[in-house]
Amino acid sequence: MFDIKDLYQEVIVDHNRSPRNFGKLDDANKTLEGFNPLCGDRLTLYLKTDGNKIDDIAFDGSGCAISVASASLMTDAMKGKSLDEAEGLFNEFHDLITTENEVDTEQLGKLAALAGVRDYPARVKCASLCWHTLHAVIQGDDNPVSTE
Amino acid sequence: MNKQNTATKLTNEASFDVEKVRADFPILFEQVRGKPLVYLDNAATAQKPKQVIKTLDTYYREYNSNIHRGVHTLSEKATAVYEEARNKVKEFINADSIKEIIFTRGTTESINLVAQTFGRNNLSSNDEIIITELEHHSNIVPWQILSEQTGATLKYVPINDAGELILEEYEKLLNEKTRLVTIGHISNALGTINPIETIIEKAHAVGAKVLIDGAQAVPHTRVDVNELNCDFYAFSGHKLFGPTGIGVLYGKQALLEAMPPYQGGGDMIKTVSMKKTTYNDLPHKFEAGTPHIAGVIGLGSAIDYVSEIDLHEAAEYENQLLQYANEQAAQISGLVPVGTAKNKTSIFSFTLDGIHPHDIGTILDDEGIAIRAGHHCAMPVMERFKIPATARASFAFYNTREDVDALIQGIDKCKQVFS
Repeated sequence: MFDIKDLYQEVIVDHNRSPRNFGKLDDANKTLEGFNPLCGDRLTLYLKTDGNKIDDIAFDGSGCAISVASASLMTDAMKGKSLDEAEGLFNEFHDLITTENEVDTEQLGKLAALAGVRDYPARVKCASLCWHTLHAVIQGDDNPVSTE
Repeated sequence: MNKQNTATKLTNEASFDVEKVRADFPILFEQVRGKPLVYLDNAATAQKPKQVIKTLDTYYREYNSNIHRGVHTLSEKATAVYEEARNKVKEFINADSIKEIIFTRGTTESINLVAQTFGRNNLSSNDEIIITELEHHSNIVPWQILSEQTGATLKYVPINDAGELILEEYEKLLNEKTRLVTIGHISNALGTINPIETIIEKAHAVGAKVLIDGAQAVPHTRVDVNELNCDFYAFSGHKLFGPTGIGVLYGKQALLEAMPPYQGGGDMIKTVSMKKTTYNDLPHKFEAGTPHIAGVIGLGSAIDYVSEIDLHEAAEYENQLLQYANEQAAQISGLVPVGTAKNKTSIFSFTLDGIHPHDIGTILDDEGIAIRAGHHCAMPVMERFKIPATARASFAFYNTREDVDALIQGIDKCKQVFS
C-alpha cells in the first residue's frame, strides 16, 4: 500500500528543512520569477551562465515542502550542466512526476525522490514550478512563469 | 428532529441528534485512500442529503423540461416546482415578495449582478464603496472592476489581530460620498461573524445601500432580510447542502425595479421587436435564458431539509465541536490558530510551525481527512496576518467529536512526517 512517507521521503524533508542554494545570487546574469497562483507558492531563480554552461544557480521564495525540496534538489543537480543537459533533465523529470513511463533514474539521481508526486496530481505543480521557471529561463523568456 | 424540550442548555450537544443527520448524507460513509472519509471542508462546499439527491433524480427522471413557456404537462410541473422553490427561498430569508428573489449561478454572480447594474447606474467618480479586509475575492474583484469602470473609490475596513472588523475605522470611512457598503456576513477564511446589524444601520444613516455576502452564513444562522434591513443579500445553494451552480440574490423590490437588466435574452423580455424590447417584470427581468432548473429545484429541497433542523441548535453543536478542536489543538506545540474572533462560526484555521498548509492538506488526505489548504480566496486576509496560507477545517452539523479526534491525530502525523 502507498505510504505517505513515499511522498515525503527523508531527502525531501531534509531539503525542505535546509534548502541548498537558497538565497540571491549576486552575480547572476539570468533571473526569473515563478508563481503558482492556485496555492501562492513563489520562487525566484538566479542563474550564472557562461555560454552554454550553468556555472552557478540559486533560488529564493516560499512554498510547501514539495516545492522547496524540488527547487533545492534541482539547483543541486544543475550546477555545471550545459543548458542542453538541463533541458534533457527537465523532460526526464516531467516524465517522472506525471507519467508511469520508465525513467532514467541514474541520470535523475536524487531527483528521483520526487517520484511519489505522481500519486498526488494536485501536487505536481508544486514539484514542477521551479522546473518550468528554469525551462523558461533557458528559452529566453522574460515573463514571470505561472503554473496556471 | 427537534428535541427542544429535552433537559437543560448544558446538555444540548446530546440533544442534537448527529447520528440521525449523518444517516441522511450518503457520502459520509465513503472511504478515501482506504480510510473512512472525515469531511471538514464544509466552508468550501457542503455535502448533499439523500433528500436533495432524490429530488434531483426525480426531476430528471420524471418531469425534466423547460419552464415558463411550455404548454405541456411536464413544463407546467417543472415551472410550478421551480416557482415553488422561489417561494421557499422567500420564506427562508423572510423577504417581502417573490419578486425580490433572483436566481443566479451563485454568490459570485449575485455580487457581479449588483455591481454591473446597480453599481454602474448609481456610481461615479465622486462616489465611494466600502468593503473590508476580510472579504472573499468574490466580494473584492467585482468592485475593483466597477471602480475601473466608474472611477468610484474603494475603501477597506481594517481588521484586528483576532480577525474582527475595527468598527471605529468603519465609522471614519463612512461619509456622504459612500454609496455602497458591501460586506461578508461571516468570513470564509476565519469564521468571524460580523456585526452586520450595526454596519447596516450606520451605512443607512449616511444614505448608503448595503450588500451582504451571506455565502458562509446561511448554513449556520437564521437570516431575516427584513429584520436586517439590508438592501441586497447574496448566497449560494451548494454551501446550504444544495447543488452547485445555483445561488440567490435578494434585493429590495424598489431597488431591483430601478436597476437595468444584467443580461439580455429569452425569459427576461415581454416583447421584442427589431427596434425595441420591453423587459419582463421582476424577478424574471434578471433571469435571462434557460436557468439552472434542476439547481433551483434542488435548492428548494435543501431549504426543506434545513428547515427541519433547528439551525440555532445545530450552530451550538458546531460551536462545541470548534471549542473541542481548540482545546485539543492547544496541546499541540507549534500550532497557531488564525482568526480568534469572540463571535465566530465553526471554522478552524491554523498554521503549523515549519510545515506548509499544503503539506498538511496532503498528509491529512492520506488519512481520509478533507480540509482546505491555501489562501481561501482571501489573499488580503493572508497578507494581513503575513502568512502565505492556512490550513482550514470547517465543521457542519453532521461532523462529530470523532472527526475532531481524527483531525488532531492527523496533525500529529504531519509532525511525525516532518520530524
